[in-house]
Amino acid sequence: MKLLSLALLSFSRDWRAGEMRLISIAIIVAVTSLTSVSFFTDRVNQATETQATELLAADLVLESRQPIPVEIYQNATTFNLIQTNIISIRSMVVADEKIQMAEIKAVESGYPIRGILRISHNLFSNEKNTDQIPEPGTAWVDSRLFQLLNIAIGSQVQVGESQLSVSKIITYEPDRGGDMFNIAPRLLMNLSDIPATNLILPASRVEYRLLLGGDAAAISEFRENIQSGSGLRAQGIRDARPELRSALDRAEQFLGLAVLVSIALAGLAVAMSSQQYVIRHFDNCAILRCLGAQQNTILAIYIVQLLILSIGSSLIGCVLGYLAQMILTSMLAGMTNTVLPEASLYPVFHGMFAGIVTVMGFSLPQILRLRDVSPLRVLRRDLSPVPISGMSCYGAAIIALALLTPWQSGNLMLTIFSFLGIFLTAILLIIGALLLIQLLNRYRSRIGFTFRFGISNIVRRANLSVAQILGIGLGIMVMLLLTLVRTDLLDSWRNRLPDGTPNYFLINIQQEDVTRLTSYLESDNSTPTNLYPMTRARLSAINQEKIVVENIQNQETRRWASRGYNLTWSEDLPAANTITQGKWWEPSTAEDFQFSLEERMASELDVGINDTLTFLIAGREVTGKITSIRQVDWDSFNVNFFVVASPGSLENYPASFVTSLYIPPERKNFIIDVVKQFPSITVYDLDALITEVRKIMDQVVSTVEFVFGFTMLTGIIVLIAALQTTHNERTYESALLSSLGASRKQIRYGLIIEFLFIGLIAGFLAAFSATLVEILLAKYVFNMDVIIDYRIWLFAPLISASIIIIAGLVGTRHVLRTPPIVALRLG
Amino acid sequence: MQLTKQVPSPTGLLTILQNINFSLNNGDSLAIVGVSGSGKSTLLGLLAGLDVSTSGKVLFNDINLNTLDEDGRAKLRNQQVGFVFQSFQLLKNLTAIENVMLPLELAGIDAAQSIARQRLAEVGLDMRLSHYPNQLSGGEQQRVAIARAFVANPKILFADEPTGNLDHKTAKTIIDLIFKLNQEHGTTLVLVTHDQSIAEHCNHRLTLAGGEIMPEQ
Repeated sequence: MKLLSLALLSFSRDWRAGEMRLISIAIIVAVTSLTSVSFFTDRVNQATETQATELLAADLVLESRQPIPVEIYQNATTFNLIQTNIISIRSMVVADEKIQMAEIKAVESGYPIRGILRISHNLFSNEKNTDQIPEPGTAWVDSRLFQLLNIAIGSQVQVGESQLSVSKIITYEPDRGGDMFNIAPRLLMNLSDIPATNLILPASRVEYRLLLGGDAAAISEFRENIQSGSGLRAQGIRDARPELRSALDRAEQFLGLAVLVSIALAGLAVAMSSQQYVIRHFDNCAILRCLGAQQNTILAIYIVQLLILSIGSSLIGCVLGYLAQMILTSMLAGMTNTVLPEASLYPVFHGMFAGIVTVMGFSLPQILRLRDVSPLRVLRRDLSPVPISGMSCYGAAIIALALLTPWQSGNLMLTIFSFLGIFLTAILLIIGALLLIQLLNRYRSRIGFTFRFGISNIVRRANLSVAQILGIGLGIMVMLLLTLVRTDLLDSWRNRLPDGTPNYFLINIQQEDVTRLTSYLESDNSTPTNLYPMTRARLSAINQEKIVVENIQNQETRRWASRGYNLTWSEDLPAANTITQGKWWEPSTAEDFQFSLEERMASELDVGINDTLTFLIAGREVTGKITSIRQVDWDSFNVNFFVVASPGSLENYPASFVTSLYIPPERKNFIIDVVKQFPSITVYDLDALITEVRKIMDQVVSTVEFVFGFTMLTGIIVLIAALQTTHNERTYESALLSSLGASRKQIRYGLIIEFLFIGLIAGFLAAFSATLVEILLAKYVFNMDVIIDYRIWLFAPLISASIIIIAGLVGTRHVLRTPPIVALRLG
Repeated sequence: MQLTKQVPSPTGLLTILQNINFSLNNGDSLAIVGVSGSGKSTLLGLLAGLDVSTSGKVLFNDINLNTLDEDGRAKLRNQQVGFVFQSFQLLKNLTAIENVMLPLELAGIDAAQSIARQRLAEVGLDMRLSHYPNQLSGGEQQRVAIARAFVANPKILFADEPTGNLDHKTAKTIIDLIFKLNQEHGTTLVLVTHDQSIAEHCNHRLTLAGGEIMPEQ
């Protein structure tokens, strides 16, 4: 008890004296950064888990591009399973002069089997649960489509060749495409209206789904029963992983990285501040020892103090993290179509643990020195405990970080790579900083007093200068990297598109419409690129050997073997395609059934020239030999295919046609006319797609930038910690210079020079390492040409120097105010 | 004239110096003596313009230091005042010659390096130009400080216990050097010491006790 009261007394005195504030601020910022991300991901994960069954709207879903075979229904009936059908298709919805691509879902009574539909009677009016589905002749739309089409309840909309009356707004749909981040607006209609729309034609992109419900054992038994060779894709609760979450998954990885850097930098600030704290407490400890305090008592007092500090600061960090998380959630508004559940308490434990481990791991090696203070120091002030070696401090720090990182990212490999990445960048920054500091030192005698004074400050306090460069450099580097990668991705995509690049895809063009469509387009001078026939197919055998998907070990190969393909046939090699192996067929020598494969597909399926592939098209098998492998420029926005067949080989199979065309933005209304004239044609608006993707990317990037802001803040705290370490020394030097006649302006200039060079070095190294990582990422991760942005070599050093000069001058303002008489006292 | 210095303390204002009144002519040397805490260093700080008095005036060639702001006093110190401190007060991050060059560079004098080299030669350190303070002995550091003090040809030199941190033999060498240079440059010298034998080298002595001047015995 006495120990605790001693520790509390000592803590309150040290706190009032401001000695622990910087450690506290560093921990608050790091824990805020960590818990904001932790609270946010906790809410998203909870939403995913609780919605697992609802995401399917059933216990089991069977999906197919073809109508579900009758025997499946019979089979399900024998297992006493509840059944309901859904047909999904993407198509244009037209209302007056407005047109919008939407996800059309036709449902029948009994939908949904699990979860519940929620609707409202008008836009933004109160929602309510319903067990109904749209009446025949009516449609329910989501608020987004409602607004995009600028319609009212009761308005007529055209879907395919049918007119439907909009009667309700859907506010919640349990199986909304099986993901929380679906971007297309929605329309729900009655299944019985589908035939009249004429949307379902041979080779249309339709998805048939059979929703099934029943007890777990029956479902499982039924699933095993239909598993092999049915050509159906089964989705159960355990498969219900949202596929389109990849943008957020990646964001989470970036956020985890930002948090990790924040913690590492906070640790550095804690290590620096605690070193100063300990040095200032040598005298106190010597007196305590002299008065009879035992070594362990002294140690215990300080450890209790640190615990109080870390618990208090971490708690504040958790509260701020919760508030910051609300900002994060609002930044992603619109991306999630569900209301996120409240966060659990788990992030609080996470934050508390991280805060305490960071304080203890980074300060304990210093605090342990207090145990070794000799009581003789009361007589001889030069008797200080042996300074700890860099390595032992380093070891404790690494253990502290290692304890935190796996928990943070939840992925061991990612942790190892992130850790190595940060470590190598830090080493690069340290080596670079030391080299540049040496270079500066070499030239310092050739320039005037203020430069020499500033530079000699950097050189003499090389370790602290390096710590400052590291703190700010890492912060700026991660910010730069994020900006560079985002710009690269968008620019490399956008820059490759020449003027007149197709901005619309027309699909589902029926044979009988081809001539009329071509002449209609020609009458408007809108020349489409080639019209390609297209038929849906599934790969059934390679080299006459039947594919059994379950036997394929490699997940990627399994995906390529089981997916559906659009096959086309063409006499000429399509534009933006290059033959890399074999040769394109000559019209005169064309043998029956030759295939040309896209190179990635060939590589994933491990097939090459002269291998044979068998495709299942509308229930019939077609076998052909691979005679060429093609490289395809997918970014060309032309119509491209994985598999092209030789002309004549597939002409007797059901097919529709596809084309792409460019319509200038000012003539966008023309596309509405096309849809009206050819209701069964599906139009894909690529501009809208690119805009949506960019919007999502921007939203994700701004959340990452928000969290990286904390990283930057911890970098600035490292800078301030380093300035605090040298505060007395700087005060003394400035007073001494003043006594020799230096004006405050001259001293300030000297400090500005020091901060300027630290900032320039940090910015330069940050630009260097960000560019290096950018090149590596472009080459090995994104497979794209890197566009080096030389402006960052100018802006990064300037921004970094500005931050350091401002923070530095604020941090040293007391130095300049101290009267020179202090030189006599301190000296 | 009628100098007083008070500082705030937990028990109210604490008077460190009061009723200090004296004058000194060009070329004179003055020893300020007294026991620890008698106010010697505070008085030196006020005379050198390092600190400002609570009341009274310090006149330097008819310029009232109290009317100058910190930068004004800094300019005056740079042009007319030299210092030698007990603990040498060299900048650790600068070499010996860079320390000596400092006052000249602050005054914007171009030939700073050659003048500094010459001054270091005068104090016998021409072989130690590029050494940092921590590479020099205490005596050598004080000689660098003396070279720095005389480098800008000051009109007045303030020395605060210049031998306080040195052994007896080195102390004697340093004192001899200060007085020798003082004579050569015709500088006015104000020296704080508690060593009577050093005080006797000066032609004036001023004894402080409890912040006041004691009458000559």
